[in-house]
Amino acid sequence: MSFATRVDEALADRNLKLAVERTAGTAEAKRTLAVDAFPDFDAARDRAAAIKDHVVANLGHYLQAFEANATAAGAQVHWARTAQEACDIVVRLCKAANAKSVARSKSMLGEEIGLPHALAEAGIGRIETDLAEHIIQLSGERPSHIIWPAMHKTREQVSALFKASHRAPHEEETIAAMAESARRHLREGMLAADVGISGANFLVADTGAVCTVTNEGNAELSLVPPRMHIVTAGIEKIVPSTGHAVHLLRMLSRSATGAPLSQYTTFYTGPKRALDRDGPEEMHIVLVDNGRTTMREEGLAEMLRCIRCGACMNHCVVFRQIGGHAYGGTYPGPMGAVLTPAFDGLKQSRDLPNACTLNGKCQEVCPVRIPLPTLLRGWREKSWREGLEPASLRSGLGTWAWFARRPRLYRAATATALRAMRLMGRSGWLTRLPLADGWTRYRDMPRPTEESFMAQYRKGRRS
Amino acid sequence: MTAAPAPRVALFVTCLVDLIRPRIGFAAIAALEAAGCEVIVPEAQTCCGQPALNSGDRKTAEDLARRAIAALEPYDHVVIPSGSCAATVRVHYPEILEHDSVWGPRAHALAAKTYEIMAYLDEVRGWRPDGVALPATATYHDSCSGLRELGIKRQPRRLLAAVDGLALKPLAGEETCCGFGGTFCVKYPAISNAIVGEKAAAIDASGAELLLAGDLGCLMNMAGKLHRDGSPVRAFHAIELIAGMGDGPAIGEEA
Repeated sequence: MSFATRVDEALADRNLKLAVERTAGTAEAKRTLAVDAFPDFDAARDRAAAIKDHVVANLGHYLQAFEANATAAGAQVHWARTAQEACDIVVRLCKAANAKSVARSKSMLGEEIGLPHALAEAGIGRIETDLAEHIIQLSGERPSHIIWPAMHKTREQVSALFKASHRAPHEEETIAAMAESARRHLREGMLAADVGISGANFLVADTGAVCTVTNEGNAELSLVPPRMHIVTAGIEKIVPSTGHAVHLLRMLSRSATGAPLSQYTTFYTGPKRALDRDGPEEMHIVLVDNGRTTMREEGLAEMLRCIRCGACMNHCVVFRQIGGHAYGGTYPGPMGAVLTPAFDGLKQSRDLPNACTLNGKCQEVCPVRIPLPTLLRGWREKSWREGLEPASLRSGLGTWAWFARRPRLYRAATATALRAMRLMGRSGWLTRLPLADGWTRYRDMPRPTEESFMAQYRKGRRS
Repeated sequence: MTAAPAPRVALFVTCLVDLIRPRIGFAAIAALEAAGCEVIVPEAQTCCGQPALNSGDRKTAEDLARRAIAALEPYDHVVIPSGSCAATVRVHYPEILEHDSVWGPRAHALAAKTYEIMAYLDEVRGWRPDGVALPATATYHDSCSGLRELGIKRQPRRLLAAVDGLALKPLAGEETCCGFGGTFCVKYPAISNAIVGEKAAAIDASGAELLLAGDLGCLMNMAGKLHRDGSPVRAFHAIELIAGMGDGPAIGEEA
């Protein structure tokens, strides 16, 4: 399905608009309050960006340190260059553990590498334990937002879904009763799972710890009871020390939901130790590159600062209209429009960096100051260089540029164009323009002037 | 007492003002002259190259940047009645010509003396309209490039506050993009329409008679939507009111 078709479907879906506006609107308001209450948030953003830049510039060093310290804590570290390698490792580990079912705590990296699909192919049962991921699993969809995967659904739609899927669903139409229904359903799955799989919000180099952040406590309940804990994490998730992780956590939760801290923030350091009462017997950490090294070398190093808070999409005028699925990639919104061409190829996704007004709001709210508009412009330049832009745009822009380089001919040509355009209407407004149907389909166009400013100015000076 | 010599100010009129609404250019000249400037309109100007820059046609963008630099650099200051065109010169010319040992430094030099008109009048000239009156209510939309790339927020409001009888009403989401985005609005018309539809509703809900902004592209988008929707709100570039030309025809009212 083309981007245009997905957009048309999204714009026609009033439930989608309602759902996105409810969640993103609330997030926007709460973030503003949280940032205003934070002493010098801008300085904190500078520090957050500096931490990530330092790590990205010294990835090898910190990854080696992480591997050594995680290994010392009893975990096993695996390296995956590609999505396929990462999935293969996870499936192999699950099979070695004789796993019939896995409990998965929401991870966008897992979505990125196609882990749910790989587990299904291998015949391994999977229960998504994040409430929104649970909704998505029930409806057979993909996440539409990186922190609220079911953002596109209204609570009314979720209620109907639970009633159709849960064994003992809620009777009262309240959010609390719905949450209770999901809780009953999910607990059984979590406690029965053989393997728990999570992503990582941070990998702490000097302790070998893996940090996860949730608001539901589902990560802890998914990862501690099973025999094995498998982490899949992008290599850019590394931070030098716990202090750095804590600084980024303060930025992450405020930027994402406006909360000072997530409800559950856990650092997992190795599997169960001799005197521990609980915990998995094995802990495996799969460090995934999947194009990140290439991104670093090819002008997208700043994108590796991203801590996946979702603020850019919550504040994006385009996302707020079309929601996440229309983007067609794992990651939606401005950060997705930068990442998807890197993962899926520019040819398939050239619309994403173009379908943006370059208004700069995403960069304004980014907690790690990623210059998203600049990166999007970079993709546009690549698309132009590689001839992927439509022929009509290339020739139109080419003709305009030819004249714009020649001021005298430009004046003559624009005078002719003005005369032609003025013939298309009598009043001050044009309601139909053959070459600008995209404009006049939805709005009127002020009728151009009879004589250009330059012509009037020249005359005025002569008289 | 001798007055400081009048700065020689080049007006870069912008392609949209040139072809759609010359009044904005004349309002700019009137305000600059009132603020004690000698205004020159260099003949060799066409377009700043923003459409090429934002479409990814880097080579054309650089080429047009070099031409604009050559046309505009002889003057003390360059003033532009558009936040996005001014941002192209101030922010993007130095970026795209950074690799060019000849034009890079010239781009930086030009950027340092180029201003959006309301920022120039307010911050550089310290000027206020004097004896300008317009009994009306207006609301102001902050266009994105001016706001986020040049920090234009208080300058137009300070100038408009000096217009007698003009009352500014708050606009919900005044810093939210109107959905214009240059070629975006014709490349993705349905998305653009959804965005500007909400903007037009917010403008209507402000209860103001006039919509003001500092960029003609955004104004054409918002005014065109308001007109299509049958709204009575009339749109002007803020400089028109500041220069005492707010009693003339609004956008779309010129025959």
